[in-house]
Amino acid sequence: MIQADLNVILPELILAVYAMIALLLAVYSTKDKMGPLLVWSTAGLMALLALWIAGSGSGNNVAFGGMFVDDGFSRFAKVTILLSAAAVLVMGQDYMARRGMLQFEYPLLVSLSVVGMMMMVSAGDLMSLYMGLELQSLALYVVASMRRDSVKSTEAGLKYFVLGALSSGLLLYGASLVYGFAGTTKFEGIIQVAQHGEVSVGLLFGIVFLISGMAFKVSAVPFHMWTPDVYEGAPTPVTAFFATAPKMAAMGLFARVMHDAFGNAVSDWSQIIALLSVASMFLGAVAAIGQTNIKRLMAYSSIAHMGFALMGLAAGTVFGVQAMLIYMAIYVTMNVGTFAFILMMEKDGKPVTDIASLNLYSRREPGKALAMLVLLFSLSGVPPMLGFFGKFYVLRAAYDAGLAWLAIAGVVASVIGAFYYLRIVYYMYFGEEGDELDRNSSPVLWGFLMASAAVMVLGIINMFGVEGAAAAAAATLVN
Amino acid sequence: MDNILSIVTFIPAVAAAILALFLRGEDEAAQRNAKYVALFATSITFLVSLGIYFEFDPANTGFQFVEEAEWLIGLKYKMGVDGISVLFVMLTTFVMPLTILASWNVTSRVKEYMIAFLLLETLMLGVFMALDLVLFYLFFEAGLIPMFLIIGIWGGANRIYASFKFFLYTFLGSVLMLVAMVAMFADAGTTDIETLMTHTFASNSFDVLGIHVVGGMQTLMFLAFFASFAVKMPMWPVHTWLPDAHVQAPTAGSVVLAAILLKMGGYGFLRFSLPMFPVGSEVMTDLVLWMSAIAIVYTSLVALVQEDMKKLIAYSSVAHMGFVTMGIFSANQQGIDGAIFQMLSHGFISAALFLIVGVIYDRMHTRDISAYGGLVIRMPAYALVFMFFTMGNVGLPGTSGFVGEFLTLMGAFQKNTWVAAIATTGVIFSACYALWLYRRVVFGDMIKAGLKTITDMSMRERVIFAPLVVMTILLGVYPAVVTDIIGPSTEALVANFNQSLAAADLTPATQTVSH
Repeated sequence: MIQADLNVILPELILAVYAMIALLLAVYSTKDKMGPLLVWSTAGLMALLALWIAGSGSGNNVAFGGMFVDDGFSRFAKVTILLSAAAVLVMGQDYMARRGMLQFEYPLLVSLSVVGMMMMVSAGDLMSLYMGLELQSLALYVVASMRRDSVKSTEAGLKYFVLGALSSGLLLYGASLVYGFAGTTKFEGIIQVAQHGEVSVGLLFGIVFLISGMAFKVSAVPFHMWTPDVYEGAPTPVTAFFATAPKMAAMGLFARVMHDAFGNAVSDWSQIIALLSVASMFLGAVAAIGQTNIKRLMAYSSIAHMGFALMGLAAGTVFGVQAMLIYMAIYVTMNVGTFAFILMMEKDGKPVTDIASLNLYSRREPGKALAMLVLLFSLSGVPPMLGFFGKFYVLRAAYDAGLAWLAIAGVVASVIGAFYYLRIVYYMYFGEEGDELDRNSSPVLWGFLMASAAVMVLGIINMFGVEGAAAAAAATLVN
Repeated sequence: MDNILSIVTFIPAVAAAILALFLRGEDEAAQRNAKYVALFATSITFLVSLGIYFEFDPANTGFQFVEEAEWLIGLKYKMGVDGISVLFVMLTTFVMPLTILASWNVTSRVKEYMIAFLLLETLMLGVFMALDLVLFYLFFEAGLIPMFLIIGIWGGANRIYASFKFFLYTFLGSVLMLVAMVAMFADAGTTDIETLMTHTFASNSFDVLGIHVVGGMQTLMFLAFFASFAVKMPMWPVHTWLPDAHVQAPTAGSVVLAAILLKMGGYGFLRFSLPMFPVGSEVMTDLVLWMSAIAIVYTSLVALVQEDMKKLIAYSSVAHMGFVTMGIFSANQQGIDGAIFQMLSHGFISAALFLIVGVIYDRMHTRDISAYGGLVIRMPAYALVFMFFTMGNVGLPGTSGFVGEFLTLMGAFQKNTWVAAIATTGVIFSACYALWLYRRVVFGDMIKAGLKTITDMSMRERVIFAPLVVMTILLGVYPAVVTDIIGPSTEALVANFNQSLAAADLTPATQTVSH
């Protein structure tokens, strides 16, 4: 029995054991030199695990009496998480090393948080859900304050920790309510109790608190306050990490809980999520307009994007989940490229985050500027970039589910949001001559930027098969 | 050649990719190469597209040269042309080599400039050929990106404001159309335009937020599409982006904007609004007709007081587009034929007028009317060409401008006599502003010192205007070259429109005209 259970969680097990062994090795060796090596080995291991999970069958495996579910949905989410985490690790390596921040803890904390994320998307029980969530969050709190000598970074970590603890409290309170009124912590048990039309008030409160907790993790309005500060304060590679893998994981967890545990009471929660969605889209679009710091801007951008992803979830249908998965996959790819660009923004070897420093960037670095242009238009959802298709999927899902008002609100928000993406284009292409940024030509960053931009353009042909994979994944979650 | 449409569409894109990947440097040789590659690519596109024109069978009212392939979520990559779209395709391929020639004097970032125009051509051609809703939307919206950059990078002093206004205005218009497209996809289960044209969308009235919507779903969808096309057209009162964009855009940008991009709105009405939402169109007809009449008179008057030449021509474009919407929503053969004719004719005449402004702007670097006067003394050839296109703009019989205005007025007269009567005064106003502009710029004494050394048009400039002159006269004296091709298709369109209205128990409101 145990043997079968362990087989199911083997990928998570490998990563966790690897992290612990590497930690010991690093502690007992000349630890300062282990950083770069560990980054590469961690990234390599993650990429291998992603390949393995992607190639491993299509069955539904359950371990530990339903606490851990390994199905198509979780595999899709895990592949996205692992690949984006590996990409971000590799991208940030040079940046961290040059600033003396590449302690060996960094890659190991990231891999531990990835274990937590994998746990989250596979959770089949409120307990394992919380376990995964906390493993992820605790690691992230530490990584956020990785720059020990920077007040802002420490502040970011502390803010994230305090607010994160609060949200965990909310979530736990919701979980206890759900347990109290459903009599079980297992999703398969809860779904029997939470039938449409007969959800008791206590259970409803439980759902609301659970949603609040998870909305914090995906940084949906009104639980978004931490995002801009943490994005700004954390070192850029860490920000890049925050913007990618944890978002996918939290969104996966969100979908998992809503459908696996409350899938029979869609009408009870879909309006809450629709409200979160519309608030996030508008706040993300409006608040970013005034930002001059590109990291803060990306924070608001991610809030707006989470609003769109939640639109797919609000639909409460198979297609909605598929749309959400596709949206997230595209979102993560775009953000990897965008942060590769942000990591390259340096002047005299120091990182620059003011978007005004990009003045006429296109004249000096036409290739990189063009790639960034593609990514920015993709982020704002202008066709023919792939970002448009992400929006098209969620709009379709929302409309089909009778949420036409949400779809209309979404497109209006996307127009408002287009303004600040265009502002970056404005600085890069129409701006005036000014101080030049360094000609940083790290081949790794350049590669990620170009690859991400190329995916945004070439992906419109067939999306590299992600569409079918997402459809299969969504089908295993919603039945 | 089974996929001639895709070949025509993507030749410019391939050329743009070649320029982007293989052309290095900013020196004079590289600039020259970029120009020649662009000219060559657009010319080849035009030559290949002639194949479409000659192979096209006007008697067949269905779509021709159809290509089809599966795409994402049940969407299709489907291209095809019919009598309505084929001439727009030809207009695009015809005008593009001229705009490249007109940009021969560009010196800053030539490579990027040419890439932007080549991509723009691909996207514009795609709009007129796409037979899938989302594919259409893709081309329609994507065109904003190169145009945004063209205005923003190579535009005039106030280019930033103009480019942002252009982008956000048209983007806001279009996203509502996207929602309507999603709704159509959900309702009909397909995004194939050919199938959607035969699909009947629900038209029973209902209430939304306490407002009674006559024509129900169809009216809402019509309004969503209307938001997009009216902005693109542009119709009064959402035309304000156009003068800004025109004034700030470089000459070639203005030419493409006036000659082709504005036509997408009219094309959209003909491709989507009338055939797919006949009831919605019928419900809104009066509103659109009156908006057109207001546009014609109001923008003509506004044009009269402009001090910037480009702005004057921009407002005159809005007025001429008023004739187009008036013709389309007359929903009869003359009106629609006239609207298409007017769009094609405006494509040649407004392109020429912007080029005419470009000629003296290149020499004097100002577009203020008051900075000129007496140009006929030193520029006789220029004065002649300017005169010719001024007459075309006024709608002098014998030029293509006359045919379009006459047909649309005739169509409108059968639908709503008052609108036609008011619109006719616009013809007089257009003579006022066009001739007055001509007098101030070309005639009078040459008192400005800077003008004493101005040179007449160069060979290159004459070569650009020649084909435009030929087309304007050809369409003016022998309109059948156009009407023979569009006739059968518009006839089918009108027949279907009336049939759908009859099926929905609505007969088109036609005024009985006593003979």
